[in-house]
Amino acid sequence: MLNKFPLWKNLMVIVIIAVASLYAIPNIYGEDYAVQISATRTVTVNDKTLTQVEQTLSELGVQAKGIAFENNQILVRVNTDAEQLQVRDALLKALGNDYIVALNLAPATPKWLAAIGAAPMKLGLDLRGGVHFLMEVDMDEATRKIQEQMRDTVRSELREERIRSSSIRRVDNDVVIELRTAEDYAAARRYLNNRYQGYRLLDDEVNNTLRLRMTEAKLKETQDYAISQNVTILRNRVNELGVAEPIVQRQGSSRIVVQLPGVQDTARAKEILGATATLEFRFVDTDNSLRDAEMGRVPFGSQLFPNRNGGNTLLREDVILTGDHIVNATAGFDENQRPQVSISLDGPGGDKMSLATRDNIGKPMATLFIEFKATGERDADDRIIFERHEEVINVATIQSRLGSNFRITGINSQQEAQNLALLLRAGALIAPIQIVEERTLGPSLGQENIDLGTKAIAWGFLLVVVFMGIYYRWFGWVANLALTANLVLIIGIMSMIPGATLTLPGMAGIVLTVGMAVDANVLIFERIREEIRAKRSPQQAIHYGYDSAFSTIMDANITTLLVALILFAVGTGPVKGFAVTLAIGIVTSMFTAIVGTRAVINAIWGGKKIDRLPV
Amino acid sequence: MHQIIKAGSTIPFMRYRWWAWIISGLLVLGSIITLSVKGLNWGLDFTGGTVIEVGYSQAADLPQIRHTLENNGFGGAVVQSFGTQQDVLIRIEPRDDIKVQELGDQVLRALQNDSANHVELRRIEFVGPHVGDELAEQGGLAVLAALAGILIYIALRFEWRLSLGAVGALAHDVILTLGLFSLLQLEFDLTVLAAVLAVIGYSINDSVVISDRIRENFRKFHKGTPEEIINEALTSTLSRTIITSLTTILVLLALYFVGGQLIHGFATALLFGVVVGTYSSIFIGSSLAFVLGVSREDLMPPEVEKEGENIEPMP
Repeated sequence: MLNKFPLWKNLMVIVIIAVASLYAIPNIYGEDYAVQISATRTVTVNDKTLTQVEQTLSELGVQAKGIAFENNQILVRVNTDAEQLQVRDALLKALGNDYIVALNLAPATPKWLAAIGAAPMKLGLDLRGGVHFLMEVDMDEATRKIQEQMRDTVRSELREERIRSSSIRRVDNDVVIELRTAEDYAAARRYLNNRYQGYRLLDDEVNNTLRLRMTEAKLKETQDYAISQNVTILRNRVNELGVAEPIVQRQGSSRIVVQLPGVQDTARAKEILGATATLEFRFVDTDNSLRDAEMGRVPFGSQLFPNRNGGNTLLREDVILTGDHIVNATAGFDENQRPQVSISLDGPGGDKMSLATRDNIGKPMATLFIEFKATGERDADDRIIFERHEEVINVATIQSRLGSNFRITGINSQQEAQNLALLLRAGALIAPIQIVEERTLGPSLGQENIDLGTKAIAWGFLLVVVFMGIYYRWFGWVANLALTANLVLIIGIMSMIPGATLTLPGMAGIVLTVGMAVDANVLIFERIREEIRAKRSPQQAIHYGYDSAFSTIMDANITTLLVALILFAVGTGPVKGFAVTLAIGIVTSMFTAIVGTRAVINAIWGGKKIDRLPV
Repeated sequence: MHQIIKAGSTIPFMRYRWWAWIISGLLVLGSIITLSVKGLNWGLDFTGGTVIEVGYSQAADLPQIRHTLENNGFGGAVVQSFGTQQDVLIRIEPRDDIKVQELGDQVLRALQNDSANHVELRRIEFVGPHVGDELAEQGGLAVLAALAGILIYIALRFEWRLSLGAVGALAHDVILTLGLFSLLQLEFDLTVLAAVLAVIGYSINDSVVISDRIRENFRKFHKGTPEEIINEALTSTLSRTIITSLTTILVLLALYFVGGQLIHGFATALLFGVVVGTYSSIFIGSSLAFVLGVSREDLMPPEVEKEGENIEPMP
């Protein structure tokens, strides 16, 4: 019989729409204002913390909507944003610096829905408020650092092998080794040949000189490492800032995206994220004259650095330890109430420090503070030029053999001690970074955008529904039903896809979909009208109407989908958000407009003897 | 039955093609002239620089703000109200200063220090000049890739003359939309670019529906010149073309009037693009294919017919 759907087809339509509706429901419940407490490396969140949180809340007189202790985190839900701030401040005071207390929004999804993995759509920064940074990594510096390590390794290994060199330097991407005699040259050549992976040995027998040059593969590996290391470190720093659900991602070959929802104090965020400070511990060169060095005769193997007091300090080139061995650093005061930073090192770091200080008790050791600042200029290859600022912040006499725990004193202010501790704790960036793009949105504007977007969707929907209802009468209302189902499907699918984020242009995409989704039904209904004019029976009109419109709808939608996919592939930020909803909308609208409306029309008019169709 | 056009009368669209070409030719020429003379008012996304949106608790005093900014060394700043009187948009061109990424915070601090009114930060956007160039490059690439993709798909699915006609109509829409933005000096940013691509997506919808009908008619009617066939196809799809444009325009009007300031450019580009796209797919796309000499032989199905696939005879 014409125009009857088999049971399975009807069921399929019902099941698909039901599942999508189920997953769309959490969006109605929205999100609660919440405060999230998580641990830093030194402490853990436990039942004691929970009691402390509960106590703080009752002292404050705030009735929480719920307190949950899960995955090493405590989540306190409150009723208003004012309460949220109040609770955050109180908890910060009560728990101290060891815990990260962050503002968050927690889905208010009922338990039974959460159990099946349903959650509201993720909102983009333009709807939620927050900061978006795009950062560029200085690759030259990353390579330079690796090469300097290589130089130090070669130097100590040759020394151990008793091969005498007159100089070992880093020149561009090479380590250049000048040997004293032909015998040393031959020995070094034998020793170094194929010793280091990723390096080629270039020889120059006439000058008794060897060059270790990085291979292309090693260079790329170094740069990849620099990026991923920087991503890890930025993630640590973001955690130190106390941000809930941050995003830190690599983008392209030398960029990193950082998104911090809800962060308003961008100045501090930038200061912490962008700082590329690191420490190096080195011995002071006491064998040579500082005055000579200041006159320009810097002895080989030593370097001259400015110090805090406006003078200079002569340090040995070899680095005892770099900042990446630091496990923890806390600011505090010493016996004389002067600011200090206590430092803990990891195992290898502790061993190195212990080994280096063993034979040098009584000798001065310097703490070199290195910071990179972007100059705002670019070199010929269009890369940002960074300036390296180095300063000896402290020279202390080694009192005893140092281990994994020691402290730095002689810091100017309490604030500085705190910043230094934070930076050390969060790790030092392998290579300097610069912010090349920033987008900050206040939370009120985010909410405003949600309201405006929702209003636009509602109005657009209403206008189309009224028009379709009038123009196509009952068939128009069937199309309206499909349009509603389409909206539910888009929202349901957006909520189901883990990576999908709703943005303001995304909402615009939904509005546009509402307008264009009825196109398929318009095509079908116009065809049905044509068939009726061609004197076909109502049942045949429905059948041929759907049939002949089908390939047109497919072609039209596939080309639009093509555009949406190109938008997604090539576009960034707002363009991508728009492309996602547009693409989802195209697919869902085909389903609702072709299969969905047919199911309803078949159920109401199909297979019956009727004279006229209300189209 | 509500109807937009009466059934039975075929409108001789192709007869008006000279008029359409003259009008479109002038419009395209005008767009190209304004684009080359005035250029586009590139948004922050493409030029780089800093945009700061602040909200005052009362109507903002723009001259005072300009004065404050000048005193603090931000001389070239563009200050304008944004949507409401309380909202102010400040745009600062990229500068060679070292700390360009701290500009936003500095400006905000200066404004807060200098106003008895409560100043709230609504938005800061900073785009480095080189990122801007890349975004522009990617955007241009996106438009070209979209056009090329469509050209290939339609050429494979239909025929190269119809494909060229459709893409010609799309290029026409894109040029005119850009022309409008140039003429009115509306800001052209990433969202507007997305809208331009959406215009392409919309306009191709229309072209495909019409091309589909042209092909179907060529196969169905064994008599009739290409001109008559195309006219028939345009006439029978006309009410669909108009109704879909209408529903799309309805939602875009909603977006334009209630969607807020941030989405204004987007809605403007799409509104204009949909109107132009509807016109061009009726008058430009098919007449281009006609002039290129689309004929029945080009659109007949391949000789080998599969089992069970029949072309319905007319009743």
